[in-house]
Amino acid sequence: MDITKLTVHELQEKLENKELTVMQIVQAYANRIEEKEEKVKAFLSVSTKEALEEAKKIDEEGRNTSLAGIPIGIKDNICTQGEKTTCASKMLENFVSPYDATVIENLKREKIISLGKLNMDEFAMGGSTENSAFQITKNPWNLHTVPGGSSGGSAAAVAADMVPWALGSDTGGSIREPAAFCGVVGLKPTYGLVSRYGLVAFASSLDQIGPITKDVTDSAILLNLLAGHDEKDSTSADVEKKDYTKALKQDVKGMKIGVPKEFFGEGLNQEVKDKLEEAIQMYKSLGAEVEEFSLDIAKYSLAAYYIIACAEASSNLGRFDGIRYGYRTKNYTDLKELFKNSRSEGFGPEVKRRIILGTYVLSSGYYDAYYKKAQKVRTYVKNEFDKAFEKYDVILTPTSPTVAFEINSKCNNPLEMYLADICTVSINIAGLPAISIPCGVDSNQMPVGMQLIGKQFAEETILQAAYTFEQKIKFRETYSPKFKE
Amino acid sequence: MIREDYEIVIGLEVHAELSTKTKIFCSCPTEFGAKPNTHICPVCMALPGALPVLNEKVVEYAVKAGLATNCEISRDSKNDRKNYFYPDLPKSYQISQFDKPLCEHGYVEIETEAGKKKIRLTRIHIEEDAGKLNHNEFGAGSLVDLNRAGVPLIEIVSEPDIANAQEAEAYLRKLKSILEYIEVSDCKMQEGSFRADVNVSVKKKNSEKLGTRTEMKNMNSFKSITRAIEYEAQRQIEELENGGTILQTTLRWDDVSGRTFEMRDKEDAQDYRYFPEPDLVAIRLSEEYIENVRKTLPELPESRRKRYLEEFKLSEKDSRLLTSSKYLSDMFEKAQAICHNAKAVANWLLSDVSRILNEKELEPENIPFTAEQLAQMIELIEKGTISSSIGKKILEELFINPRSPKAIIEEKGWVQISDEKAIQEIVEKVLQDNPQSVADYKAGKDRALGFLVGQAMKATKGKANPQMLNQMFIEKMK
Repeated sequence: MDITKLTVHELQEKLENKELTVMQIVQAYANRIEEKEEKVKAFLSVSTKEALEEAKKIDEEGRNTSLAGIPIGIKDNICTQGEKTTCASKMLENFVSPYDATVIENLKREKIISLGKLNMDEFAMGGSTENSAFQITKNPWNLHTVPGGSSGGSAAAVAADMVPWALGSDTGGSIREPAAFCGVVGLKPTYGLVSRYGLVAFASSLDQIGPITKDVTDSAILLNLLAGHDEKDSTSADVEKKDYTKALKQDVKGMKIGVPKEFFGEGLNQEVKDKLEEAIQMYKSLGAEVEEFSLDIAKYSLAAYYIIACAEASSNLGRFDGIRYGYRTKNYTDLKELFKNSRSEGFGPEVKRRIILGTYVLSSGYYDAYYKKAQKVRTYVKNEFDKAFEKYDVILTPTSPTVAFEINSKCNNPLEMYLADICTVSINIAGLPAISIPCGVDSNQMPVGMQLIGKQFAEETILQAAYTFEQKIKFRETYSPKFKE
Repeated sequence: MIREDYEIVIGLEVHAELSTKTKIFCSCPTEFGAKPNTHICPVCMALPGALPVLNEKVVEYAVKAGLATNCEISRDSKNDRKNYFYPDLPKSYQISQFDKPLCEHGYVEIETEAGKKKIRLTRIHIEEDAGKLNHNEFGAGSLVDLNRAGVPLIEIVSEPDIANAQEAEAYLRKLKSILEYIEVSDCKMQEGSFRADVNVSVKKKNSEKLGTRTEMKNMNSFKSITRAIEYEAQRQIEELENGGTILQTTLRWDDVSGRTFEMRDKEDAQDYRYFPEPDLVAIRLSEEYIENVRKTLPELPESRRKRYLEEFKLSEKDSRLLTSSKYLSDMFEKAQAICHNAKAVANWLLSDVSRILNEKELEPENIPFTAEQLAQMIELIEKGTISSSIGKKILEELFINPRSPKAIIEEKGWVQISDEKAIQEIVEKVLQDNPQSVADYKAGKDRALGFLVGQAMKATKGKANPQMLNQMFIEKMK
């Protein structure tokens, strides 16, 4: 039995049946990391030593929660007490958080064991993980391509079987795009479903933490742990606690699926399009009512997204000023220089670009033309989705217009890089839940992702649609990453 | 003197720290004077990932302040971020309110020698205080203390309705007393919990156009504020009369030299890039909520003043002066409840106590003794145990080392001489030593009696019973 190939629900079963010990599981992952990390470079810090100690303890003391002893990987923008939380930035290279994020508290309560912190684009800004200040993570399917981003380390680690599942964060597609590129399942929950307390903020009104998993069942299991009202996050919704695994039913009969034609137009790679068409046929054959419709929001959303996200980021990242923690320049003679040089030296180019952009759109004289207008677009996008959801239960689109691209191929063209987010950002703008699941591979054996979007707090609907599809196409059983060199 | 052909236009922005137990966005205590950086947490030190949660008490207190100053309370309000870099501002933005303040369009009524006047309030909004920089206090360099970061403030912005320093002072005193009455701020000026930014401009009388204003920030004494306004108005008039222009700048008032100076880092049109705080949700207040807060409003100075006129038959002026400060007014009520002599308590508080406060440049809240101690002293005078001149000496003692007046009298041997024999001896001695005064009195000069009594008081160090002295002198000179 190859332990690291198992999903969490399979591991859980084997732990319950005493076919496996926690120690055996953690040891298997430690070995796998040892074997694959050198090639993939998904981790910013590995904590297998601590994980093994914890595993031993749990085995000795007995498992008192259903997920006790299951390992996990954590995106490095989620604060973990006593461990480094770097956001893949020189600015926080040695930052150790004195507190745990709410989601980490939830995991610890369940006795879930951290295997380490995962690479990402610096401060979650990017779609390829190439903006990490420390290392470039490789896509396990083809080591010359990017894993997507910004949760590239999380998706790559799950795809490479170095962790059974991972936490990511999604501001404009940062869970879904890497999940699509790496052939795994990524869920961005409804804004407000998961506490943001302890997630280092990129864009406060868009950020959400979510699961990156091997399959849809694990996604529902992890969401159960993450979702819930948190009084430490004022934007967290006070909604009834649900058991998302109850949504895992093979049934889409009569489900109304809308396919927005604008998401299938110009810029969409033909092979991606073909895979999506096959998926649509599959849903039809399973009894879903699939219908094409018009949802002309993508191009406005992208512009509005970059204005809102950068505006909020420019303010959120102000606290990295070299005064209380994080990087401080050695090169200063007065206060202004201390601020300026610490920030100039501590932040990477993409982060600086977005701070400058955000500062600009909030400046007096430009505020109305950019920020205020973007907010109007935001309302418009929400309304358009609301209208669509009067007719459909689920909206189906590609997750990304392409499969994973070559490392360095877009680095010098930020606009082209931003266009890769075209299918995902509008979902954050509208605060909706969406899941990306693999729907096949292209002719180069690279995974293609399909995105299913739901109404606010209708995670169950998209989980059910995704689960039904997954059970039919059996992607994991058919394809696996080959670490192509 | 301000030239007759000019008018001064003053607007005040008052910052008052709210006396909530915990900070505005976290549960750290707001207590003043703790060791640096002991009242901090991930939220108020702005650690990565930390999020603010609005303290509901802050909203309640601000609404209370709004209701007490005749404001309209916004049903729909929100927080905004004000962005700027400074080491005492850990998030690099202050959470404040920009275009939807909690309270708007209020007024307070002031009274000066020129009569009554309404000063309009533009708005009252909530925001967080910044930390504090300690320069060279703990060795070389500047260190940041974040205990104050996140302490809740209300900013009360007046319309430019204030026409001179006296009105400014009356307005500030009124505002301070209102906030004290409704118990939303302790308004301790020396601790900076009640401070004002003062905007001053001048214009020619009859001119429609307002002059360019200058701003003096963070002033926390009435005396400095009135002096600064007078100086700055005069300076601007002279500047204009000499053909100069006024630049919109931030000034620093220097108490020692009695002048204003341009601040070195003058705001080069600072752009705060305000935008709605995405980490907080909108503040929606129901009618019911506002009405419930209204019900908690205590008696305000206005109605207390009226009560003093009727219940204690105090003069209009005394009632106003007593109620101008909650501390003074509370002390008055407590003391009179013990000694049942409202007039005497009012007199002591408004004459001798106020005089000593003035001399020492203190505010009523700095009175070190208790109402019980004051009441006891008044009772001792009434009983004839001490004279009122001893009373004055006791008061001085109470300011230095407050303790029971009875104990002071015993300790100092200040008991009034009311023994007839002892008084007689003194009177005879004084009569003997001042034959001219006796002659004057007998010649009809009544003033001579006062002189003789004074001499007797002097001889007994003020301990003789003045009524008895009077009577005995008249008797003996018949």
